Amino acid sequence: MYEHLETAENAAQLKRVVIDPVSRVEGHGKVTLLLDENNKVQQARLHIVEFRGFERFIQGRPYWELPVLVQRLCGICPVSHHLAAAKAIDQLVGVDPENLPVSADKLRRLLHFGQVMQSHALHFFHLSSPDLLFGFESEQNKRSIIAVLAAFPDIGVQGVKLRKYGQEVIRMVSGKRIHGSGAIAGGINKALTPAERDYLLQDIEQMIAWAQGAVALIQKVHCSNLPYYDEFAGLRSNYLSLTKPNGALELYHGGIRVKNAEGGTLLDNIDYCQYNQYIHEEVRSWTYMKFPYLLSLGKEAGWYRVGPLARVNICDYIDTPLAEAARVEFKAHSQEALVHSTLAFHWARLIEVLHCAESIERLLHDPAILGGELVTKGEKRYEGIGVIEAPRGTLFHHYQVDENDIVTKANLIVSTTSNNMAMNESVRQVAAEYLSGQELTEPLLNNIEVAIRAYDPCLSCATHAVGKMPLQLELINAQGDVVAKLLKHDTGEFERIHG
Amino acid sequence: MSKTLSIDGQEIPFEDGQTIMQAAAANVYIPHLCHHPEFTPHGSCKLCTVKVNGRNCSACTFPAAEGQEVLNNTTDINADRKKITQMLFVEGNHFCPSCEKTGNCQLQAVAYHLNMLDNHFPLFYPQRELDASHPDVLIDHNRCIFCTLCVRASQEQDGKDVFALSGRGITKHLIVNAPSGKLKDSALVADDRAAHICPTGAILIKRTGYTIPIGQRLYDHHDISDVSLATAETQHDQ
Repeated sequence: MYEHLETAENAAQLKRVVIDPVSRVEGHGKVTLLLDENNKVQQARLHIVEFRGFERFIQGRPYWELPVLVQRLCGICPVSHHLAAAKAIDQLVGVDPENLPVSADKLRRLLHFGQVMQSHALHFFHLSSPDLLFGFESEQNKRSIIAVLAAFPDIGVQGVKLRKYGQEVIRMVSGKRIHGSGAIAGGINKALTPAERDYLLQDIEQMIAWAQGAVALIQKVHCSNLPYYDEFAGLRSNYLSLTKPNGALELYHGGIRVKNAEGGTLLDNIDYCQYNQYIHEEVRSWTYMKFPYLLSLGKEAGWYRVGPLARVNICDYIDTPLAEAARVEFKAHSQEALVHSTLAFHWARLIEVLHCAESIERLLHDPAILGGELVTKGEKRYEGIGVIEAPRGTLFHHYQVDENDIVTKANLIVSTTSNNMAMNESVRQVAAEYLSGQELTEPLLNNIEVAIRAYDPCLSCATHAVGKMPLQLELINAQGDVVAKLLKHDTGEFERIHG
Repeated sequence: MSKTLSIDGQEIPFEDGQTIMQAAAANVYIPHLCHHPEFTPHGSCKLCTVKVNGRNCSACTFPAAEGQEVLNNTTDINADRKKITQMLFVEGNHFCPSCEKTGNCQLQAVAYHLNMLDNHFPLFYPQRELDASHPDVLIDHNRCIFCTLCVRASQEQDGKDVFALSGRGITKHLIVNAPSGKLKDSALVADDRAAHICPTGAILIKRTGYTIPIGQRLYDHHDISDVSLATAETQHDQ
């Protein structure tokens, strides 16, 4: 572990190297490295410099706005926020997941599979494949989807079309590719028409075939570069995700499962409405992103990873045949132990694309998506919690409302936030193992971005909190001197420091 | 033989006592927000400003007369209308992407019709309240454009006096006729016409948002001019 590189003691005397912005990720972040006179890395941090404030400004709004309002957190995975909020407001109208009408449940799942598929395809093909196909330290102008399309046109086009297909699924269910309005409290606002169903059916076999090809591609890339791919940015961690009660991979609804690095089960099939008995969040002064941790293990050891690697690692099986076969090969790679390789996120991600494509085909043949009861209502409640497996990991939405249906409190634990500690640890590992002591060049620094990119972080999603964050305001004169400084501590107290 | 006037060169018949807007009704679209054929004209939004024999007039209040030469769909007049619409947007807090009225909102639809692509003016970001005290109806004052349709509907159709405008100029605001000023203490019920007449998302029936799928909303596939002409008697009511 590399925790000792989080904070250097003599920061003022060290040379500072900044990667700003981190590219080919969603949102804005930067990495700072502090080097000594021998170019040895003494400090490495991933800073999230965006500030959003969703948890605060949705207070005072009526609850039925939430699925449409909070999905604006993100342009890549809005459906995840839409559905997590919808699951939460289902509870506000007295509807538990098991009481949601069958058609609404299946249409929401269809929407979600489309979402995960398009988000994963975007990440792998558009953002990460240049690193994996050309090499981490390849020329800068080669590291884009345009270069992939030129050098590997089949792979590039398949990636673009896989993403497009996922977006079309979203459009058919929610009316728009991005920021639609399908799910409402207690159900969904429309079923698919036979024409919409047939439109999606015509290409699904091709999508499954391409998804299979993508799994084979990443498996070949990974296994051709051993042991480098297993070790790069790798770290032994806890893993958290939802699973079905029987242990199967689950993206829409399930119980919380946590395994430790040795594969031991720490939590299983926990009702996610009890999440705050198991998970807390810590704030640190140098980033807007919080650090969640498992209460039972504490702040130091309780951090965990979420997302495709966690899900495929800790589920017992996948309930679609081709993805299950791919999972079996994935686990065989580590002799059935948990796969800790950070770059294996890509492999797991593409297994999920295959699972999504197979699941979409299954749902398209289900008559329930064409009609039936779409909405139900029960007795009003004042608190609702919705949890879902978003493309980037477990996503928690928690709301309280008053007697007038107005939101009074909100807590969001966004997937990327759960990977905060792991991303920082991976950055420190790469900095210490691959960069330290060398003259830093742009291609060399891309190694750090490759490590971050493997997590597919959504930095805009993850920086939503307001109220508890430590803030620092500096007044700098024309000569660049700090004239005054205002600090807000994580206790909420302000401190004024004169320069 | 009926009398006629001319709008943009088109001969339009009318009857004595009609306004230019009433004469135009099903024939020519004149943009408007505060006008509704069922209620007394108010002439406040100024979107229906036309040139009558060279003078600016509100079509919803100005009497039609034999031989009038009315200019309506001209570049200059539409440019002024766009400015007026932009002012309506910046004076309130209109966040269309998350508003439940999007797709069914006349303010938004008029903005599209007038090709409004930005706010042009600096946003005021006024501090306005949301009154959710009523069990079935909600007022989001952020979206009120002071068209007074709710005031007139309450008085003229519901036989009540639930709403009124108070203050002047930039401090003008919608008030509720109740000792507490809250909707829950007013005489309003969800079936009242006043609860359904708002052209924007200011007065809403609770817990009904987003139930109409995208693609089936009033202005998803039709410009407001087409909807207005096709629903001349009811004006956009669903």
